[in-house]
Amino acid sequence: MKLQLKYFASVREALGTSGETIDSNASTIAALKVELLARGEPYTATLAHPSVRVALNHAMSHDEAALKDGDEVAFFPPVTGG
Amino acid sequence: MIHIAVQTVDIDLNAEYAALRSAGHNIGGIATFLGVMRDINDVAGDTAQVNTLTLEHYEGMTQASLQAIAVQAKSRFDAHAVRVVHRVGTFAPSDAIVWVGVAASHRQAAFDGCAFVMDYLKTQAPFWKKENTPLGERWVDARETDTSAAQRWTS
Repeated sequence: MKLQLKYFASVREALGTSGETIDSNASTIAALKVELLARGEPYTATLAHPSVRVALNHAMSHDEAALKDGDEVAFFPPVTGG
Repeated sequence: MIHIAVQTVDIDLNAEYAALRSAGHNIGGIATFLGVMRDINDVAGDTAQVNTLTLEHYEGMTQASLQAIAVQAKSRFDAHAVRVVHRVGTFAPSDAIVWVGVAASHRQAAFDGCAFVMDYLKTQAPFWKKENTPLGERWVDARETDTSAAQRWTS
């Protein structure tokens, strides 16, 4: 299935891209992370960091969330708005 | 009334107040908060002067997030109106960054609703701040105090 990935703030800077469309078999966000970590650095250091947050289709999410074709997944640091 | 805006232009405080005051009957109290850019970052003893601040956001999710927070606040505190305006872009010290206004029948709901929106916004809304200082650029770190502030509303 196709997933739209987006990266923000320091995550974007570390990965050198604001996003990408990928083909994936990941059934959950945790599985998606495993796929991305397999790319090695800088993905390993960036996405495996305990503080990284994830959103699924514009809502804050978590590793156990299930994925489906066409989903948008975003990775970013803790938010600092306001 | 629930009104959310994410914009680059300055916040029209008079217009926002006028909107709250005309939000309906039985409004006895209006509480508002204005967040402005500070020129000093004093986190963890670091007193580096801040020249400008850049606010990045997740287009699409920011609006959804602020809307969800406002809906929660209106329902939980039985407010008549909740308005939130958050700017993005590059800011200079004392520039307005965020404004929250809550109108309710009585003052406690207005005060609490306003604080609730800010506490949730600080921990849930997808914005990120980057400071430009004499020592270089750096991303602002999230604060433990913000997480604690948001948690006080869950019990």
